[in-house]
Amino acid sequence: MTNVAIEARGLTKQFGSILALDRLDLVVPAGSIFGLLGPNGAGKTTTIRILTGLARPTSGSASVAEVDVGFDQPELRRRLGYLDQDPRFYGWMKGRELLELVGRLHGLSDPELRSRVVEMLARTGLTGAAERRIGGYSGGMRQRLGIAQALLHRPQILFLDEPVSSLDPEGRRDLLSLIAGLGGEATVVFSTHVLSDVERICDRVAILDRGRLVAEGPLEALLAAHARPIYRLVPAPRQAERVGTLVQRLRAAPWATNVTAGEDLVRVTVADPDAAAAAILPLVVAADVSLDSFERARPTLEDVFLELVGPASPDELDGRGFIRAREASPR
Amino acid sequence: MTGLGVLMRKELLEQWRTARLPVVATIFLLVGLTSPLVARFTPEIVKAVGGSQFQIVLPPPTVADAYDQLAKNLGQFGALIAILLAMGSMATEKERGTAALILTKPASRASFLVAKLVAIATTLGVATAVAAGGAWFYTFVLFEPLPIGGFVAAVILQWLALVSYAAITFVGSTLTRSALAAAGLGVAAFIVLGILGIVPAVGRYLPTGLGGPARSLALGLPGVDVVGPTIAALVLIGSLVLVAWLAFRRQEL
Repeated sequence: MTNVAIEARGLTKQFGSILALDRLDLVVPAGSIFGLLGPNGAGKTTTIRILTGLARPTSGSASVAEVDVGFDQPELRRRLGYLDQDPRFYGWMKGRELLELVGRLHGLSDPELRSRVVEMLARTGLTGAAERRIGGYSGGMRQRLGIAQALLHRPQILFLDEPVSSLDPEGRRDLLSLIAGLGGEATVVFSTHVLSDVERICDRVAILDRGRLVAEGPLEALLAAHARPIYRLVPAPRQAERVGTLVQRLRAAPWATNVTAGEDLVRVTVADPDAAAAAILPLVVAADVSLDSFERARPTLEDVFLELVGPASPDELDGRGFIRAREASPR
Repeated sequence: MTGLGVLMRKELLEQWRTARLPVVATIFLLVGLTSPLVARFTPEIVKAVGGSQFQIVLPPPTVADAYDQLAKNLGQFGALIAILLAMGSMATEKERGTAALILTKPASRASFLVAKLVAIATTLGVATAVAAGGAWFYTFVLFEPLPIGGFVAAVILQWLALVSYAAITFVGSTLTRSALAAAGLGVAAFIVLGILGIVPAVGRYLPTGLGGPARSLALGLPGVDVVGPTIAALVLIGSLVLVAWLAFRRQEL
C-alpha cells in the first residue's frame, strides 16, 4: 500500500442544473483519520457515494486503495468498509446473520468469520441483541450494527457518513473511541457537521462548502492558518448598562471582527491579535466593568469553519434548512 | 458473478423468513386440490345453482377437464402471484437502501440480480410442484391417474410460463424504483401476451403458447412440439435478465 489511500482529481457531480460537487481534488494519506466537514448540502455524502462506487461523477476521476473508482467493481469493495448516514438492513434478519452475510461476501473463512462476528458484536455492544431481528432494533442499534458490518473484514479504508448521528452520548463516545483506535490500522474518512467530533478524533480535515473544497490539511495547521484568537469576557452580575457601553466600544474597535454579547458572556473575535492584546483590557477598565473571568481562548475548529464557510443567509437555505447547492454555470 | 452463492442463500432464506414461500405454496396447494374437485363437481354445481327451472346438459367430466381446470387456475392465479413476487424485488431494495448495503460489498450487480430471480423462480417451482402433487392426487381419486412423466413435464412448462411473467415484472422492478409500476408492467404484459397468444404463428412462441404442449404432455396426446416453445421461453427469460442487467449496471444507488 502506498502512502496515499484516496486520490480524487477534479471530481464533479451535477444533478440537472445543480452542481453538487465542483472539481474536487483530494488526497487522503494512508492511515489517517480524515474528517470531511461541511454544512448540510455541502457535498460530503455525494463525495463518499462516488468514492464507494454508488454514484458516478459527471467528470473527474478517483482512486481508492489503488483501485480506480467505478461501478460494479468487487475488487474495490473488497478493500473498503462503508456506513451510510441512515443505515438500512433487512428487517427479517438477525444481527448475527447480517454480519455473517457480510463476512461471507468478503470471503472470510468460517473460523475467522465466527470469531470476527463475536468480536464485532462485543465491540459495538450488540452481543445481547445478536439473535434479535434487526426490524426491532432502535436507530442507535442499527447504527452500531452498521459500524460492525463496516469493520468486520478489517477494511483498508473505512467510509463513515455521519456515523454518530443516531447515537446517545454514551454510544457516541464509545464509537468515537472505536474510530480513534483505528488510526494507523485503517484509513478512515469520517463525514460530519459536528465539529467537536472531528476535533476529537481526526488528524486531517477537509472543509467543503457548496460542493467546493475550501480548506484541507492537518487539523493543527488549519487552526494555525485560519483561526483568529477569541477573547471571552464574563462580566460580574448587575452591571448591564456598563457592559452595554463596553460592547459598543469593542464593536467600534478596528481590530475586532465580531462581538457577540449575551447576558453573561461577551465573545470577541479579533483580526489583529497584537492590537487586541494591547487594547482590550484598557477598554474594560475605561468602561468600569468588573469581570468574573477573562480569557484568550484557543481557536477552535468551529472558528475556522465559520470563517471559511460562514453562516448561510436565509435565501441560501432551502425549505428543509439545507444550503442550496450552486447552479452550474453554462459551459 | 462474484458473491452469487452467498446472495442466493440469502435470497432463499428471505423467501422463507418473510413467509413468501410458505404462503405461495399454500395458495398453490389449494389451487391444485380444488381444480380436479371443481372439474368433477361442475355438473352438480350448475344443477344446484340453476334449480329446476334451467336444463343445462353438460357432458360427464373427464380427466382432461381436471387438467384443464388446473392449467387455467395456474395460468391465472399463478401468473398474478408471479407478478406479486417480482414487483418489489428490485424496486424495494433500491428504495430502502438495502441494495446499496450489499453493493458496497464484493458482490457484482449481475449476482445481485440473478440471485433474486433464481429465488423467485424457486418459490414458484416449489409452489407449482406442491400444486401439481395435490392436483395429481385428487385427479387420481376422482378420475384416473394422469401419466406421471407427461404430467411432470407439463408442470415444468407451466412453471416456465410463470417464471416468464415474473421475469417481465422483474425487469420493470429493475428499471424503476416503484413496485407498483413494475406490477403494472407485469399485468400489461400478461394481457398483451394473452391477446397475442391467439395469433397462431406468434402464440406458440410466447409464454401463453406453452399451455398447448403442456396439455398434450399431461394427457399423453401424440404430436407434441415442446422444443420450440420451451427454447422461446428460455430465450425470453434470458433476454429479460440481460435487459435488467444492462439497466442496473448503470444505475446509481
